[in-house]
Amino acid sequence: MHIPDGFINAPVAVTTGAVAVAVVVVAVKMTNKKIGEKQVPMMGVLAAFIFAAQMLNFPVVGGTSGHFLGAALAAILLGPWSSVLIMSAVLVVQCLIFQDGGLLALGANITNMGIVASFSSYYVYKGIDVLLKHGKTGMLVGAGVGAWFSVVIASLLCAAELSMSGTSPWGIALVAMGGIHVIIGIGEGLITAAVLSLIMATRADLLKLQVA
Amino acid sequence: MKAKWWIAGLTIALLLAIISPLASTFPDGLEKVSEDLGFIDRASEAAYGLMPDYAFPGVENKAVATILAGILGTLVMLGLGFGVAYVLKKKNEA
Repeated sequence: MHIPDGFINAPVAVTTGAVAVAVVVVAVKMTNKKIGEKQVPMMGVLAAFIFAAQMLNFPVVGGTSGHFLGAALAAILLGPWSSVLIMSAVLVVQCLIFQDGGLLALGANITNMGIVASFSSYYVYKGIDVLLKHGKTGMLVGAGVGAWFSVVIASLLCAAELSMSGTSPWGIALVAMGGIHVIIGIGEGLITAAVLSLIMATRADLLKLQVA
Repeated sequence: MKAKWWIAGLTIALLLAIISPLASTFPDGLEKVSEDLGFIDRASEAAYGLMPDYAFPGVENKAVATILAGILGTLVMLGLGFGVAYVLKKKNEA
């Protein structure tokens, strides 16, 4: 879902760029307040894992592929603000070193896949976790559904940005982007729940590192 | 004894980078939509290219180029994530 340059116009690029900068500044402050010794290696390993996992596109339907995003996993493990920092770091490196995602579209990509994906997945996860009374099932179901939701909502926001830029008509862009990401999101949900269940089985203490 | 969990995590990430040539070459969701709806031509080339398409420069073998780019990117991310967290933690203690 990395938007290349040319898909969005200047007003959309500037607006999303401003949103991205403002939220990342807050994320730095929020993370700085609570981060401790234990979170440092987790941020490094999560950033590395998310980058590597994003390279592995998996085929879905009709000659389309999807790949893991990772915002939900980071938000559940470290909290949404730290997740914004991790996702932004991944997106900046993908943009600057690998030319994946446009330079002028970086703000939009951070807004969609960093900010909105992190917060939406986190609150869906939290809601389901509370409903299912904080059990293991609640955590894994919440993670899966939250992760699915993060991909769908990010894709709809991406479609909205394309439409606002005059690249594609609203209805068509929303249906096309939403339609394929409803399916890609299932992969996100499964991978997120699988990674969390692996951590749960091996190092359950690492599930208690949420800072911000 | 507590094993170094983060070494296990990093190993998994590097293994993913090593198998990255197996990734599907189908266009991703947005790329496919841009093809189907006919706006893919609007995409402009990057102003510069360090390692476009996750290919390490100067390596003939495509799979090897992808693996090298993947390992490099994974290590860069480890350093960057660790570095940002370390600086924020230091500021926190100050």
